Amino acid sequence: MADTKTANTAVHPSEAEGVVREPLVLNNRSLGWITDRICGIVENRQPFIWWVLFVPSVLLFLCLVFSLVYLVSTGVGVWGMNHPVAWGWDIVNFVFWIGIGHAGTLISAILFLTRQKWRTSVNRASEAMTLIAVMCAGIFPGFHVGRFWMVWFLAPVPNSNAIWQNFKSPLLWDVFAVSTYFTVSVIFWYIGLIPDLATLRDRAKGLAKKLYGFFALGWRGGNRQWRHYEMAYLILAALSTPLVLSVHSVVSFDFATSIVPGWHTTIFPPYFVAGAIFGGFAMVLTLMLPVRKLYGLEDLITAKHIDNMAKIILLTGTIVGYAYIMELFISYYAANKFEGDAFHMRILSGPYTWAYYCMFFCNVIAPQVFWFHWARHNLWMVFLIVNFVNFGMWFERFVIIPTSLARDFLPGQWGYYSASWVEKLMFAGSFGMFFMLFLIFIRFLPVIAVSEVKGVLPESDPHYHDWKRLRDKRRGAGK
Amino acid sequence: MSNSTSSSSELFGYVAEFSSASDLYHAAEKVRDAGFRRWDVHTPYPVHGMDHAMGLGKSWLSAIVLVGGITGSCVALFLQFFTQVSLYPTVVQDKPVNIFTLPAFFPVTFELTILLAAFATLFGLLGLIMLPRWNHPLFNSALFSRFSNDGFLLVIESRDPKFKHEGTRQLLEEIGAGKIEEVNY
Repeated sequence: MADTKTANTAVHPSEAEGVVREPLVLNNRSLGWITDRICGIVENRQPFIWWVLFVPSVLLFLCLVFSLVYLVSTGVGVWGMNHPVAWGWDIVNFVFWIGIGHAGTLISAILFLTRQKWRTSVNRASEAMTLIAVMCAGIFPGFHVGRFWMVWFLAPVPNSNAIWQNFKSPLLWDVFAVSTYFTVSVIFWYIGLIPDLATLRDRAKGLAKKLYGFFALGWRGGNRQWRHYEMAYLILAALSTPLVLSVHSVVSFDFATSIVPGWHTTIFPPYFVAGAIFGGFAMVLTLMLPVRKLYGLEDLITAKHIDNMAKIILLTGTIVGYAYIMELFISYYAANKFEGDAFHMRILSGPYTWAYYCMFFCNVIAPQVFWFHWARHNLWMVFLIVNFVNFGMWFERFVIIPTSLARDFLPGQWGYYSASWVEKLMFAGSFGMFFMLFLIFIRFLPVIAVSEVKGVLPESDPHYHDWKRLRDKRRGAGK
Repeated sequence: MSNSTSSSSELFGYVAEFSSASDLYHAAEKVRDAGFRRWDVHTPYPVHGMDHAMGLGKSWLSAIVLVGGITGSCVALFLQFFTQVSLYPTVVQDKPVNIFTLPAFFPVTFELTILLAAFATLFGLLGLIMLPRWNHPLFNSALFSRFSNDGFLLVIESRDPKFKHEGTRQLLEEIGAGKIEEVNY
């Protein structure tokens, strides 16, 4: 008994016999290797495929610019919306993009608070994805207001009649939630970047050194800096965790506090948050699987990382499925005529039932494949399923938003909403902007948090070498 | 601020390299016990437990953040009650315009609390670690630039009252430093 006890203390936990925990960085990579591999992405020439992806993304982004110019110069009539469907693809896309951002914050904040060390390999890219997705999201409500040049009405400034914004409105809450979310995400991301910018600074020459040096703020990595830095990181994680939960809850209030049948449900906040994390992780994997392959990051983003993310997708997808079914059950059980009819039309008799089943298959049925180990470890399978999820999450918002409006209280107003080419071009263009900005991010900034990955290596533990020495002594004594 | 000794007026201090986080950790314990004040360890990542080894306490950044958060709550509550209840009461959605409007004001209060707390974190951090500071004597050292890659460095400044030109170098050698470099201003 005493012997096993000493054996445990003499071996580092990562090397203890019987504890088979997969290392977070494979092949015993050194600190220098990690620096070289991650900074090399920025310093070396981009692979040809980077350009193959970048050029079409820019072209698509220009389509977005064109459709916005066309929209503003002509009027919102170029969208396919009319009364009662006044919220169409624009708001669908807004909720879609905002939701995608949530996975980045979940990885950077919630997984940090819960000490999930595997997050370090994927948090930087997911946070970048968050920022870019929120930028894409912001375009849609901005132009949805109709007169874009009046968008300053959203800010808490009185208008010319001295009337202030209505702070009791969920739409204004949304303005505060989304802008706070974006600002805090930028701060969190930037603070995380400072040590890595210093690494790039110390390796670069010429203008790049000046630029990286400027943004690194003169970081010196002293422990008198690190101790405050770590506290700042912890605090920001603690602030971001309730923030991210609040953002999609507030987005769901836009719908839940109205009286439109199909929107007026109390399950919306948790259901939206779970859906956002679900869709966001799908997008993280959609981006990271190619990046990992393209830049040879298999030792840093391992099969375990993908496996963990697939499990989160399975969990949140199942929560979303539960919410879908609970919504139907409550509409039946509550015996509210209008809500009952709304859901009857949603799943059986309405014109948009195809969208409902499309959503249900992509979000609830497809991810169930992730119960199987082989599916979580077959990258093509993972890529296929996460794209089902990307697709399904867009349809979820489509099912909720326009299809509820298209069948509101007055049957005389009922119609069939379909998007015009301008809306479709805008949506495609927002993907162009998303990929364009993400590719620019890969080109100029470290795609993996260098200092954080170094911190999770076994030898980064200050007692690792003491343990090792003890172990070697014991082995020597045993002989 | 103590004056540096005349013999080392040009000297900023010593940069000493250690081979691993463990060695640096133990070296830090010894420098701490020797009673130095103006010194630091520079590492590629935050080394767990180093605060203890250096004899540093808990960061009090959290106090700054608390002040920021409380300011955010107060600003938000003032903004909403003043504009909606006092300045120009707008009765919409049949909601009250008095103290009982509070539930409808909660989301914005929450968001502004978080926002100002986050700004307090950023600027509080920069204040505590005294950045941005783009120019520093340590950047003159070739050895020092390894901290951001894989170097475990210990820096003792000449401004430290216990600093002695030869004695400190000897101490660093005794506690297991590999390369030792003199850094000038």
